[in-house]
Amino acid sequence: MTEEIIIAGFGGQGVLSMGKILAYSGVMQDKEVSWMPSYGPEMRGGTANVSVIISDERISSPIINQFDTAIILNQQSLDKFEASVKPGGLLIYDPNGITHEPTRKDINIYKIAATAKAQELGISKVFNMVVLGGFLKLKPIVDKQYIHEGLEHSLPQRHWNLIPQNEEAIEIGKGLIECVQKL
Amino acid sequence: MARELKLMKGNEAIARAMIASGTDGYFGYPITPQSEVMETLMAEKPWETTGMVVLQAESEVASINMVYGGAATGKKVATSSSSPGISLMQEGLTYLAGAEIPCLVVNVMRGGPGLGTIQPSQSDYFQSVKGGGHGDYQLYTLAPASVQEMYDFVFDAWDIAFKYRNPVLILSDGAIGQCMEKLYTRDNVARWTEEERRANAPWGTWGKPATRPHNIITSLELDSARQEVFNLKLQKKYDEMKEKEVRYEALNCEDADYIIVAYGSSSRIAMKAMQMAREKGIKVGLFRLITLFPFPTKQLADIAKKVKGILCVEMSAGQMIEDVKLATQCGVKTEHFGRFGGIIPTPGEVLEALENKIIK
Repeated sequence: MTEEIIIAGFGGQGVLSMGKILAYSGVMQDKEVSWMPSYGPEMRGGTANVSVIISDERISSPIINQFDTAIILNQQSLDKFEASVKPGGLLIYDPNGITHEPTRKDINIYKIAATAKAQELGISKVFNMVVLGGFLKLKPIVDKQYIHEGLEHSLPQRHWNLIPQNEEAIEIGKGLIECVQKL
Repeated sequence: MARELKLMKGNEAIARAMIASGTDGYFGYPITPQSEVMETLMAEKPWETTGMVVLQAESEVASINMVYGGAATGKKVATSSSSPGISLMQEGLTYLAGAEIPCLVVNVMRGGPGLGTIQPSQSDYFQSVKGGGHGDYQLYTLAPASVQEMYDFVFDAWDIAFKYRNPVLILSDGAIGQCMEKLYTRDNVARWTEEERRANAPWGTWGKPATRPHNIITSLELDSARQEVFNLKLQKKYDEMKEKEVRYEALNCEDADYIIVAYGSSSRIAMKAMQMAREKGIKVGLFRLITLFPFPTKQLADIAKKVKGILCVEMSAGQMIEDVKLATQCGVKTEHFGRFGGIIPTPGEVLEALENKIIK
């Protein structure tokens, strides 16, 4: 099993930390992982993205340009990464702020209204975990117990009291994701 | 800290390895993409645990000279920077090499020339192995290709530095520095006690006992005849490194028709390109340099005899390729492929270059 993922959105949406929690969960489940952020001036208030690879084998390149899954959280990222999803792959997007829907016919497309739901529930801080939940519903590549351990390792101990809220958000995401196009 | 499984950035791994390997001091100046080295050290506060000194100097020039001063006493002293900062350190590096002072310098390369970009690059190969400073000197140069190697090579660096009384350079780049991967940490090695330091660095300026003459640390010798003798001694040391300390990894080279030669993050991209080529039925191998100096000349030459072509992949205009061609005596078709200025080539681009420049 090798899953190559891009998570992309605005800086501040928790893109990098979502990737880190996913990657750390993979580590806890004894998978090989890599987490490669875009870094540099574009992160300051602009777009942010991270490539995460989780695999049973030694990972060759942490830098990739074709993805099994793209998790897209804004229009710029959709424009940039829709074409990078491998044929037959998966695209998940949050419709918040999306003006041009994805058009590919050869990939699976799901949407998750995580921004709206998180605002409605007053849990905007764990918005990214709602999105992660949606992804894990479709691709359960790491088990629930390891997600818990991944959260423990990713968050400083003083924030461990927030872990249950993060886990609830993941569960909410699992129920929220909806199919747009299935091959 | 005992052996633990962690997820961390390459830069953080460097910092944690410095603490865990019993490093006595770190002097540095912040620069992207390696700032996490000092950030981690400052957050970990090793001065409260191991007694390691961590200091932000006023400049890179100051950092490298603080390294000179600290390391001259036989302590394990390190610095890190990125390309423009390493350029500022070149005078210090040639003095360190000339004074035969063991130390560790980490370069997390970014795009150049000049201030360039803050994105990954590998265009400091010449500077690293052909002498960025003046005079006939070499840095033992290690090129990590993973976060685990960023960590492990710090330990290896101390062994080599003190064995040969020579500065060691870890030549990494922004991609490996910023990437997070799985890492097994090691048990902490205690910092040397005063007695251990005196035993391990009998040449150090740690105080003169009545039993021996003064230890003098200098790179100055006004007598040319004596300077030549010293130069010959240095060359002998470098020859011994070439003989005993070469490191490389050969993947799928046994049956390969073509090989890719690369180091650092380029070797990871090349590994993926190799897998893609093999899926297409093209027998490609990967020769990954681990030491850039000493260069695995003989090992590469042996493999090159059996292949039809070599693609050198480096995020530069083509620097390493010169040593590849020297190693193989230009006996096989050899081309360079690279991107510049912080652009990282994709595995697809590498495969395309292999097909167009070598196989075609």
